[in-house]
This record gives sequence, structure tokens and C-alpha cells, in this order.
Amino acid sequence: MDLRTKYLGLDLRTPLVPSASPLSEDVGNLKHMEDAGAAAVVLQSLFEEQITNETYELEHHLAYGTESFAESLTYFPEPVEIVVGPDEYLDHVRKAKEALDIPVIASLNAKSPGSWTEFAKRIQEAGADALELNIYHIETGLDTLGSSVENDYVEIVRSVKSALDLPVAVKMSPFFSNLANIASRLDQAGADGLVLFNRFYQPDIDLKELDVVPRVMLSTPMAMRLPMRWVAILHGQVMADLAATSGIHKAQDVIKMVMSGANVTMLCSTLIKNGIDEIRLIEQGVLDWMEENEYESVAQMLGSLSQKNCPNPAAFERVQYMKALKTYEPQVAKGV
Amino acid sequence: MENSKFRTIDGNEAVAYVAYRTNEVIAIYPITPSSPMGEWSDAWSVAERPNIWGTIPHVIEMQSEGGAAGAVHGALQAGSLTTTFTASQGLLLMVPNMYKIAGELTPTVFHVAARSLAAQGLSIFGDHSDVMATRSTGFAMLASNSVQEAMDFALIAQAATLESRVPFLHFFDGFRTSHEVSKIALLSDEQICAMLNHDQVIAHRQRGLSPDNPVLRGTAQNPDVYFQARETVNPFYEACPEITQKAMDKFAELTGRRYSLFEYHGAEDAERVIVVMGSGCESVHETVDYLQAQGEKIGVLKVRLYRPFDGRRFVEALPATVKSLAVLDRTKEPGGPGEPLYLDCLTALHESQAEGWGSLEKLPRIIGGRYGLSSKEFTPAMVKGIYDHLAGDALKNHFTIGINDDVSHTSIDYDDSFSTEPDSAVRALFYGLGADGTVGANKNSIKIIGENTDNYAQGYFVYDSKKSGAITVSHLRFGAEPIRSTYLVTAANFVACHQPVFLDRYDMLKFLNPGGTFLLNTQHSKDEIWQHLPVSTRETIIAKKLSFHVINATEVASSSGMGGRINTVMQVCFFAISGVLKKDQAIAAIKDSIRKTYGNKGEEIVNMNLRAVDNTLTNLHEVKIPTAAGEAGKVELRPPVSEQAPEFVRDVLGSIIAGRGDELPVSALPCDGTFPTGTAKWEKRNLTLEVPEWDPEVCIQCGKCAMVCPHGVIRIKAYDEEHLAGAPAQFKATDIRDKELQGMKYTIQTAPEDCTGCAICVDVCPARNKSVARLKAINMVPQPPLLEQERKNWDFFLSLPELDRSKINSGKIRQQQLQEPLFEFSGACAGCGETPYVKLVSQLFGDRSLVANATGCSSIYGGNLPTTPWAKNADGRGPAWSNSLFEDNAEFGLGFRLSVDKKKEQAEELLRLLASHVGDTLSQAILEAVQTDEADIFEQRARVAILKQKLSDHKAADPAMRQQIASLLSLADYLVKKSVWIMGGDGWAYDIGFGGLDHVMASGRNVNILVMDTEVYSNTGGQTSKATPLGAVAKFSVGGKAAPKKDLGLIAMTYGNVYVAKVAMGAKDEHTLKAFLEAEAYDGPSLIIAYSHCIAHGINMTTAMQNQKAAVDSGQWLLYRYHPERALVGENPMILDSRRPKVALEDYMYREGRFTMLRKSKPDVAKKLLKQAQAEVDERWRFYDYLAKQGSEDKNRQ
Repeated sequence: MDLRTKYLGLDLRTPLVPSASPLSEDVGNLKHMEDAGAAAVVLQSLFEEQITNETYELEHHLAYGTESFAESLTYFPEPVEIVVGPDEYLDHVRKAKEALDIPVIASLNAKSPGSWTEFAKRIQEAGADALELNIYHIETGLDTLGSSVENDYVEIVRSVKSALDLPVAVKMSPFFSNLANIASRLDQAGADGLVLFNRFYQPDIDLKELDVVPRVMLSTPMAMRLPMRWVAILHGQVMADLAATSGIHKAQDVIKMVMSGANVTMLCSTLIKNGIDEIRLIEQGVLDWMEENEYESVAQMLGSLSQKNCPNPAAFERVQYMKALKTYEPQVAKGV
Repeated sequence: MENSKFRTIDGNEAVAYVAYRTNEVIAIYPITPSSPMGEWSDAWSVAERPNIWGTIPHVIEMQSEGGAAGAVHGALQAGSLTTTFTASQGLLLMVPNMYKIAGELTPTVFHVAARSLAAQGLSIFGDHSDVMATRSTGFAMLASNSVQEAMDFALIAQAATLESRVPFLHFFDGFRTSHEVSKIALLSDEQICAMLNHDQVIAHRQRGLSPDNPVLRGTAQNPDVYFQARETVNPFYEACPEITQKAMDKFAELTGRRYSLFEYHGAEDAERVIVVMGSGCESVHETVDYLQAQGEKIGVLKVRLYRPFDGRRFVEALPATVKSLAVLDRTKEPGGPGEPLYLDCLTALHESQAEGWGSLEKLPRIIGGRYGLSSKEFTPAMVKGIYDHLAGDALKNHFTIGINDDVSHTSIDYDDSFSTEPDSAVRALFYGLGADGTVGANKNSIKIIGENTDNYAQGYFVYDSKKSGAITVSHLRFGAEPIRSTYLVTAANFVACHQPVFLDRYDMLKFLNPGGTFLLNTQHSKDEIWQHLPVSTRETIIAKKLSFHVINATEVASSSGMGGRINTVMQVCFFAISGVLKKDQAIAAIKDSIRKTYGNKGEEIVNMNLRAVDNTLTNLHEVKIPTAAGEAGKVELRPPVSEQAPEFVRDVLGSIIAGRGDELPVSALPCDGTFPTGTAKWEKRNLTLEVPEWDPEVCIQCGKCAMVCPHGVIRIKAYDEEHLAGAPAQFKATDIRDKELQGMKYTIQTAPEDCTGCAICVDVCPARNKSVARLKAINMVPQPPLLEQERKNWDFFLSLPELDRSKINSGKIRQQQLQEPLFEFSGACAGCGETPYVKLVSQLFGDRSLVANATGCSSIYGGNLPTTPWAKNADGRGPAWSNSLFEDNAEFGLGFRLSVDKKKEQAEELLRLLASHVGDTLSQAILEAVQTDEADIFEQRARVAILKQKLSDHKAADPAMRQQIASLLSLADYLVKKSVWIMGGDGWAYDIGFGGLDHVMASGRNVNILVMDTEVYSNTGGQTSKATPLGAVAKFSVGGKAAPKKDLGLIAMTYGNVYVAKVAMGAKDEHTLKAFLEAEAYDGPSLIIAYSHCIAHGINMTTAMQNQKAAVDSGQWLLYRYHPERALVGENPMILDSRRPKVALEDYMYREGRFTMLRKSKPDVAKKLLKQAQAEVDERWRFYDYLAKQGSEDKNRQ
């Protein structure tokens, strides 16, 4: 059984790739992922803003109250060296590369076009095999046009690509007026892969504290429907490889995504919930299914149910909405 | 200038620079002003900098100076080159070992930043009281007078001790030299090596104890030989001065800087000479140069080697022409025939005459005088006053200079207007706030000038006695000639006022020369500012023909991303208009310095500062000065305290507040260090632009805001509606929600001029506005528009009656917070984590408590002049407070208990004797009273009042009975239960005072010990204590503390009869309250360990109570109570009040800079220590859970 796939020009043993998550902050976990059969790993994102804020905050707190009172002119020793900027992250990339044989894909979220390129170059120098641009930005300005947001995306990809030799993937938001168009523009700007989709963590309301709080919720299998639709639509229409992420928990989910056209499937919530060894079970599940259904390779099934190749292309479009509703049977009606 | 390498550093760094390079072991303990020497050494050791022999010295922080001296003694005995740094009380704790070290002829140098000793009051400032107290130890004593000399003499002392085998105490004046920043020639490693004789190093090593060549030292000797053995060392002391002079001569060959044991400077035919030691020499030297140029026959003799005192060299150093001599001591020896240096000089002169040696034909007239105690200014004007006095006929011996002694009339007069400062030098004064970075910027400016020009540079910084809203004054001098002015700038060419609020409090321009430059940070434009200046300021600007510049630095800093730190902006302004450097050169130098200073903190920080530089110049404007002051918008200087204040507060404390404390005569001050309490309320420091405002509609009346308020500015009262008559229109009141107090009115009021704006009250408020959730029941609002109204409201609030304490259920916070705080408006840091606990004690027990306070933050915010937050209630009762020392506080408090118990016992004995005269029923009621709650106390007070009345009315004929009645009258108040509190920080309880604490707990006596655990030495700037948690960065734990925190509570529990509680107000305030009540009620020793967040944690102080909660939620800080009385009734005394940890330890730790700093500096170490710390938390939880779940029978077996 041949599970090999290609993503961002990298030859991967299987389409199973753990995506960026807190698990990837620890090299021990990354090694564990490799041992469990991961074909590549995506490191957690380097958030430039977070680094900047941490630096500001640390500087503020270490200086706060100093030079005020004769007995305590400072409150902290001068550190031998403070690791500022992306050094800690770059070190992590280097360590991951040293520890692993599988490709290491770094992930970046920067603030300005200049810093995207600057950080990307340093990640390349640190030895990453590929870079995922995690363009995690929520535009809230009432006067900002959608086209301007799209242009920014394209510009980031163009500038990073022009500065880097590494393959570059773009982790996208699903919230565009015409997703196909922006995907195509990113493709033309040089993106080697598109990762569908970025799950923006939505804040919650704490009724006890009457406050808005960040609350991370792991994905449910239902979450895979949105990326699956768009993988299917884009497959064959863009040059870029496609990575599916969100809600991929079981072997069947992987198979569905690959059939829709995903070169790789990203695993996250299931690993956090069930442990890293879940990769092994999923791979076995894929193998079992392929054997049972007499598939020989991933390449064979890739995109076999994409919009282009499926029996009913309209099923991926809006017209199917009404049909879906009509076929919905509330569970209460069955007295469950 | 000479062709040397120059550096701009302070005295502490200069000394540490040499001491570190010439030693192998360094054992220290932090104490102001010497702490930075140890901190530098530790930092260099961590950075793996080798000494001149290529090895990295071991630096260890000990539990006390006594411990440091012991470790030094041991390391010396074992043959290592060893040193220590200390001052003041710390040096006193080293005295026993100093005798041993000297008695064993052990080479070492102790470097001492000389400081006052605590007598009628503690002082952190400089004089020679401490070093003079060690003059009989056998240590040689070498005094350096300036930053350059401090570096040089550190080396000379090291060379001399190795050769002479006499240990050296090298001292320099605390703050004046230790903290003065000065441009000095740096000693090279080659020069240092050349000064030290390697054979003598080997000889020292070989004298060290070794089992390969065993010897015995430290014997016990008896009457037959001790005396003779003591005399064996004489030859070493006789040789020591010559050896020291030889070292000085060699030093001169190597560096060109020549010194002598007794160094005369002045006219060869001088008739009047001042003998002096330390930094004061520099002022005298400067004055001699000035007056000698005018033809005066005067001179100064600088004493460098004070012990061994070489009388012959001293006499020979004096000009033969001297007719009168003033010997100045910077210390006081009450009751002595004179101060030590005076006596030594007198002895030498007498011996020279009696024995016929020396060049003096006859004994000059000699007088001794005292100057400069506790860093009191010693100026050329005072020096001239002494010379003038020496020219007179009637000399006043044992005089004082620099004060007005109107009690013993010891002081001599001087003309304060006399100045020797040359016109060629630049002298600048900068008035800033601690938080605005003024001092840091000025230190930086000195370095820029020192490193970019041939000029000499000097910086000295004066700080406030308060930790919040503290004013700083920077005194800077630059010039082509070496600067000897060891006194404050009083004739400046440049004055900068970095905070506009100072304008109406201080006379900013008093020390600005005519034609000088005044720079003001203000929100007003160059066209508007004039009308916002006090009239007196306008008049001075016109009269002195000043040039006047303004900038809105706050705005420029803010728009550049710097927040409230205006340091860089004001620094640029200084260089732009002072002309010290060419503008472009200065700007380039500032930018270069920013890159160097902040380079290791990240690009963003560098860019932020560079932006501020660029934004400054376009916003700096010169003000066109009108020809007349004008009347419009008249603003006057505010009086320091209200006219309504009591006389002592107004006249004495008010003068100190206004910065005129130097002008107070001796008679104004109490003779025994006793001050009134309740004085902070008069200060009205008006520190904040935002104050909390109460919203009665949203308030649920929980009392939490008042409970956490570190400064006692949020008050709650419940009162009958009738008292609202005459309330100001804006005064807020609502119906009380508490059913037990139904029908009363309820008000939460803020003291608008005492609030520090920390906003911790807003953070803890649990009630949110139902329509606008960002608003709470208490919200920060701009203070200026509310000031007048809230002043009136506050005054009215104070006029409302306090609720009868016996009606308050003190077990419920919502009611307990109605108790009047008797600790208010302290000068602690804004948002302090300690003071809410102190205030709670004052509310619960303040009217019957005695407080023993260990030296540290709490003794500073509690007892640093001018005012004290400890207060009295309307009956005149309140906490009686005292601070003894750092190391003895538990014992000191136990002494209170012993005395209180004895007095109570005596009162009871007398009452029994006099029962028939005062009434058996009354005496029986008093003697059998159960005083467990407020109502009981109230009743007992009433009974005692009747007793006292009866005693006063009783006319006894029998003298013995009259004496008994008088005695009982003086003791009767002790029949009312007293509460003894022993308070301090973790440095005291875990480290220096632990032995005493342990003993006091073991005594079984009824004392309440409150440990405010900030997990570092907060007051001296964040040094590691044994309470510092694993993985935290603190001074002496640069690489993260590798050992876990000591479990003080567990140690206390092992006694079985000690009530122990660990509390964190921010995590569970009800638990804190319960623990305080139980601890006080327990008739035995109680220990409360209270989590106290601190500025030294690197946290947001506004949300610091959340850190307390996170510490508890993560299991880092366990809440529990161990109540011995439970064991008596068969219950498990251990109650674990924490729940199983629900968040990971890192979720707590990485909220705080002290932990994140390690993650940023040593990520791998941080990860390892985090893992260890988590394991430790898990294990501790299991252990405490196990203890709490044990059956009572198990406990009873303990």
C-alpha cells in the first residue's frame, strides 16, 4: 500500500501531518510525532507581535519602580543575556531539525510586510524545510475595503516568495467574498501550498465574571466540512498544493480530504485530545480502508471526489443548501 | 587628562572592580549602601569573569552579616583570598569575627560603605559611626575620599594586608562616595597584578588549614598566657603603616597617583589646619585652594590610614607653623571625652610634646568637632566657618558644624552664601519622579559626557523617603578640572523640572544662578505657560534673567511608545539647550548610548527610544519672557501641610516635608526618638491623576475594595441617616444591604489627595454594571476635576461617626471593613502587597496592639520620617509601634509580651490588694473578665475606666497604699487585653531573624507573628532570600534560584503548639480574615505567612491580586491553618484550605517577570527548573493533603 504524497515539493511518507499546536513547542513531542508516523511536522507559529509585546512588558516590569528609592535603585539583576526577538523560536527550529528526520515546516505570523520577509529569511537560515505563512489577522476597520485586505495577503506572499528559496504555504482564512479568487491570486503570487483553513479562535463570554474571555475549543469532526468543500473546489484549479485542516480526527476524515484533493491532512485537536499515538491509529485506519476498498495508493485517490472529478459537481455549491435542509431530520422526532 | 583608560562609574562599582579581581571567595549579605558591591560581584561571577589569577571567584549570599563574617573567617582560615562588603548594622554583626580574624593575623580586606548606626532612629546615609565602632578589633582602617580613591585604595589595602598580615577595613562614605557617579581612571589588570606579591598569596594559602599539614587554631587560653599571647601581634601593627606607605608608593609608580598615610595639602606656612577623614576631605581641599589663593594661611591634613594610627607620621605631616587645629569627626560618641579621631590626634600631639619628637615647637590649640552625620551636607561654607573660627580667640571645643544646636549650643556659625564653585564648570539640577526615569537618564548623560569629552563629570542623586510618588533630585557637574565638590549643587547653571506638579510645591529656581537656563516639562504651550506658573516663579525668572524652555515631554514620550518614561526626551532637551556638547554630537552620542543600553532588550525597545529622540527637538520651545510677572491665573506655592495640623506636625514635620529639614534646630526634634502617630494624614501628597469613584447603584457592599486598598484611602462607613444633615451636595450615600445593620446608610469614600492611583481596588471589585460591563462599582476617573468636590466629601466623611465596634461582626468582610483603619496613607509602593495585611491588623486589633517591626520595607513605610501611617482613633488609642533591628525583631516583640504580661500580673496583684477599696464586685469582674471579642473588650474598658476613677478619687492616708494606688493607676490599662504583633518580611523571618523567630515560637508566649512574604529582600532591591521560590530570578539568583523555598510554616508546625496559617488575600480574603482572627485569639504563639506581591516580582501591580489567586490555584502557595486547639479536642489541627491545584504552575509563573526573565535569558534552565518546580508543587500538595486527612488520633500522637 503506497501512502506517499507530495506537499510543497517535499516527498512525504503519508498525508498525515500534525499541524501547528502547543504540542509542537516541545522537541520531545515532535520526536514522538515522528515515531508515531507523522510525515512532517508544522511548528507552532512565531507571532511577532507576541514577541514584541513580551519584550515591552518585560522591559517595563523590570524597570518599574527603579531609581526611585535610595535603598532599592533596581529590583532585578542585569541578565547575562536576554533572548529577544525570534531567537528562541529559531533555536527551536534548529533543535527540531537536529532531532527529526522528517521535514520541519515552520509557521510565521508577522506584523508588517518588511518583518514578514525579515523573519522568513531567518527561519530559512535556521534550517526549516518549508514555511507556512499564518496570516492571522482580523480586520475590523469600518472603512477598510475587502480588496485592500486581499491585496495585503498577496503582497505578503509575493514579498516572502521573492526573498526565500524555501517552499511557502499560506494558511488562509475562509472569510473572503470570493475565496476561489483570492486562492487563485495567492497561487499566482507564488504560494506553493494553501492550507485551508485557519481556525480563528472565537472569544467566549464568561457569565460569572461578565467578561469576554479567550477560550480555545478543540475542533469537532463537523468542522472539516468547510475546508473539504473548498479543497474539492480548488483542487485542479490552482497550482498550489492543498492542505486540509480542521476537524480531521479519524482515518475516514483523512480519506475524504484526500479524495477531495488535499495533498496532506493536518492533525491537531485529535492529538491534543487522544495523544500523539493517535497518528499511528489513523494511519492504520487509512491502510485498512484502502485494503478493504482495494485502493493501491494515495496518489490514486487524490482528488477523486474533487468538484472536478465527482459525479455531482453542484453538490459543492450553494444550490445544494436547500437540498441539505430538506433531508435534515431532527433527532427529537425520532424520540432520541 | 592622563593617558589612562577612563570610566564613569560609582564608588561601589569602583571598589567591587578591584575586590572581585583580587579575591577567590566573596561572602556577603545585602545592606544599604553597600549592596551593589555584592551584586556586581555576583553578576561578574555568573558571567564567568575571571579574577587576575584566571579563576572565577565564588560569590555567596549569606543569611546575615554575622553569617557572612563567619563564612569569610572560615574561607580565610582555609587559605583562600576572601572579602566581604557591608555597612552600618551589618558591620556591627561582623565585629566578633573581626576580632578573631585580626587576632589570627589573617590578610583580608572588608570594604565598607560607611553609614550611620541606628540610635534614636535608623539612617541609611553616610557617616563614620559604623567604622568607628570597630576601631578596637585590630583591623587596619583605610579611608578613601572619592570614587577614584575608592578604587585605588581597594587595591592598596589588598597589597598591604597581604604583606602585613593585618586585616584591613577599607571604608568610604556611604552614598556620597558609594553612589556618586564619577569619571575615573580605571586600574588595569596589569597594574593590579603588579601591586600584589604572589609569594604573599602563596604564604596566605599555606597558612590555611589543611589535613595534609594539620594545625590547631581557635584555642581557649587562660589567665596564665592570654595576655602575653595578645601582645605577640605588636610587631605586625608597628610595621603596618610603613608597609601601607610602601604600597602607596608603589601604586604611585604604577599609576602616577600618589597618596600618603597622612596627606597634607595647603600653605606651607599654614597657621590653621583642619584634620579630617573621608569624602569631607574633598570639600576642605577645595576650600583650601580657594582661600589660599586669597592669601589665607590654611591647610588640611587628610587622614588615610586611621588604624594602626601612626602618631609620629601624623605630627610630622603637620606644618610646623600650625597654631590652631580642628579635628573633625563624622561620628558621635555620647558621653566620651571627644570623638575618636580628635582623641587620637590629641594623644599623638601630647606624646610628641611630652616625648620631644616631631617638628612642632609647641602644642597648637586643638579642638574637635562633629560634622556630616547621616550624610548631612558638608560645604565649603561650613569649612570656611571652621577656619574662621580657628582664627578667633575663644575656641569652642566639641563643636558641631552644619546644624543649629540651640540646646547644647555646640554649633559654630558660618556664612551659607560662601561658595567656591568655579564659573567654568557646568552644574545642573534635575527634579524628577522616580517613575519617570530621570535618574537613569542623568546617569547616562554623565557617561556620555565622560566618554565623549575630556571633561570630568560627577553625578549625585538625592531620593525621597517615600516609595510611591517619590521625588528625585539629580545633581550633575561637568568641567575641565577634577571635581572635588562632595556636596550638593546649590549654584546651578541649568535646572530642569521634569514634573509640572513640583512647581507649586517646591521653589525650583532657588539654586539657579542668574542668567541660567530653566527647562520645564509641561502640558502648556510656550504661549500659555506663563500664566500657569506660580507668581514667585515668574518673578524669579524675570529677576534672574533666566532663559526658559518648555516641552510636553509626557506627550512626546507617549507618542513615541515610551509611556510615562520621559527620560530620553528630557535628556535630549538637556543636551540641546545646555551646550555641554555640540547638539549633533550629543544626539549621535545619545543614540549610540541607546543602542548600547537597550541593545540586549530588543530592536523594539531601541527603536522606541530612538523615535523619542527624533520627536523631541521639534517639540522643544523657548518661552518669551514678559517684562512683568502679571497677575492672571495667579498660582501660589502650597503649604506643605494644612494650617489645621497640630503644631509639631505643622512646624517640624511640615518643614521636613517642604525640604527644609536641614533648617530645623536641635530643640525642634525629640531627644529620644519618640514621635506622634497619625501624621501621614496631614501630608496630602496629591500623587495621582486618577482616583477611584464609587457607584452606589452597582455596589454590592462586599467591602473588598477597602480591604485590598494598600494605602487606606478607600473607606467605608455605616451610620444613621440623621448624620447626613449638612452633607455636601455631591456626597454619596445609599441604604445598607447588610440585614444585621438594616436601616443604616452606607458610604464608600476615597481620600482624593492620599490615593496613589494604583487601581487595585477596581481590579478586585466583583460587581459589574449591568448595562456597561466594563464599568464596575468602583472605577478610575480623572482626579483634577473632582478634587475640590472630593476634598469636601472626604472631610464630611471623616466627620461621620465610626460605628460602635461591638456591633460589628468582624468575621464577615462586609462588616469588618467598617472598622476604622489605624494604618493609613503609607508611602509604600503604589499597589503594595504588604500593606493590606498591616492595615487589616490595625483595623481588627489596632486600638490595643503593640507592634514590633523588623527593619525592611514595612519599617520604612511605617516609620520613615517625616510622617507615619500608624494612626489613632477618636479615643486616642492606636497601635504603639517600634523598630529595633533587622535581626532581632521576634525577640524584640517577645520583650513587649513579657512586659505586657508582667504589667498585667502586677495590676492584678495590686487590684487584689486594693479590692476592698475599689469594690469587690468591680475587682472580681475585672479579674475574671473573658476578653474574647470586641463586646468583651468594650465592657472591660468600661470597668477599668470606673476602676481608674475610683482610684483617682480615693484619698488614702497610708503612704504605702497611696503608692499602691498610684502604681495601679499606671498599670490599670493593662487589665484590658493587649495584642502583640511581630511583623516583618521574609528576609527577616526566613533568614537573618530566623533563629530568634524560632526561639520566640518555642517560648509558647502569646505573640502574633506576621511574615509579609515577598519572597525577596524587597527593601534593599530584590535580593534572594530563603523564601525565594525555585526558578525565580532575583539578585544572587541571576540564573534562577536552584533551591526550593523554605517551608517556614511546616517548621513552625513541628512545635505543635504554634498556630500557623498561610494566607493570600488576593486568593481568598475570607480565609485571610479568619486566620488573622484565629491567630490573635489563640493564647500562644501564632505565625501568619502572608503572600505579598511586590514590585520586585516584575508584575503589573494593578492586577497583582490576580497573581495571588494564580499562585494559589496552581498550588504554588497553599492556604492552610494549623490550629493547636483542634488537637486538644481530638481533631486534626491541620486544615488545608486550598483546593487541589487546578492550573499548571507555568500559568502562574509566567505571569511574573521574575520567572519569564529566566525563560528569556536561559530557556533551557527555565524549562528544567519549571519541571522541578511543578514536581515540587505536586509533591507538596500530596504531603499537605496527607497531613490534612490524617485522623485526629495520629495528630494527638505527635
